[in-house]
Amino acid sequence: MAATDPDEPTDTWSIRSIVATMFPILIALSILEMGSGYVLEELEATYLANPTLLVLVPVMIGMGGNLGAILSSRLSTRLHLGLLEFDPRDEVLWTNVLAILGLAATIFTALGIVAWLVGQLVAEPMALVDLMLISVVSGMILAGLAIVLSVLATYVSYTQGLDPDDTTIPVVTNVCDILGVVVLSGVAIVVLN
Amino acid sequence: MAARQDAWRIYRESLPILVVSLAGGVFAGSVLGSDGMTAGFERFPGLLLLLPAFLATRGNVYGALGARISSGLHQGMIDPEFSWDRRLVNAVAASFVNGIGISVFIAVLSWGLLQVLSRESARLIELVGIMLVSGVLTSFTLIFGMLALVFASYEYGLDPDNLIGPIVTTLGDIFGVVFLFVAITVVGVIF
Repeated sequence: MAATDPDEPTDTWSIRSIVATMFPILIALSILEMGSGYVLEELEATYLANPTLLVLVPVMIGMGGNLGAILSSRLSTRLHLGLLEFDPRDEVLWTNVLAILGLAATIFTALGIVAWLVGQLVAEPMALVDLMLISVVSGMILAGLAIVLSVLATYVSYTQGLDPDDTTIPVVTNVCDILGVVVLSGVAIVVLN
Repeated sequence: MAARQDAWRIYRESLPILVVSLAGGVFAGSVLGSDGMTAGFERFPGLLLLLPAFLATRGNVYGALGARISSGLHQGMIDPEFSWDRRLVNAVAASFVNGIGISVFIAVLSWGLLQVLSRESARLIELVGIMLVSGVLTSFTLIFGMLALVFASYEYGLDPDNLIGPIVTTLGDIFGVVFLFVAITVVGVIF
């Protein structure tokens, strides 16, 4: 059982091996995430004057990635099964895109309403119209970006002979995480001014 | 039309998990928007800069642990219970190193970035202290919470692979922000 001995230096279950694999990735991601942190810090005055906007931040960071992960894993499974073609007229592709847009519309409408309620209770209240506009517009832009990224990343990993399951989902989720705050901040600035 | 029915089916299957994730995110957001937290953001400049990195790395560290444990269970390499099994202990220890190490790295990185840009910044020790306290607390909660949930779902015959993603993002959002709040309070009292 030498190959599975946890003390073997090449064993993938050794502490050294797990940390050596993960830590460089975490460092690279943290550096990239500083981009969206910089946007938050830059707009500190806007966010602190309207704390209800902060209620949107965790959902904006996570939801684009969730939508992208659902679409990417569906596309790569259908690609493996030979049910999908990268053709603008492909019906499977459009069916999936339609479902993602529907999910995004539902989730970000709900987010606008819930954030408004939370604002009434916890933070400084904001106008419902402004919040809905910010939540839905930035949410739909984010969903559009998640769709384009998922299709592109699946296509690229397919043509490069990589397994989309290993490559597409981490790339799409992390890029959407970073873009979430950037899109939210851009839309908030336009709506509030 | 068949395509429209298919789209509707995908919608219905995916909505519940997204709603759970939405609920976790809104809870985390409510803590972020609360008076105590916004006061903390004002008192410690640099916290907003590190916030996205802090929230996003949670999913990557503990999601990787969950995926590893789940594969290990499927391959029969580990048993679905808490024990001093060498592989399990290694995986847990490595997650502590990754989770706490990256939290401290994020604090140093944000502080350094603010110095380079000659912006107002909290002291290095304050930012490192906040990230260390919240990093240690989130690591403990998420690692053991995650293992308990993965083991329980495996015992009940559910495939942990389908649950890890949503579990990690939801728990990460909730506990990440709550422990950040705790850390800001603790560091605010000490310094």
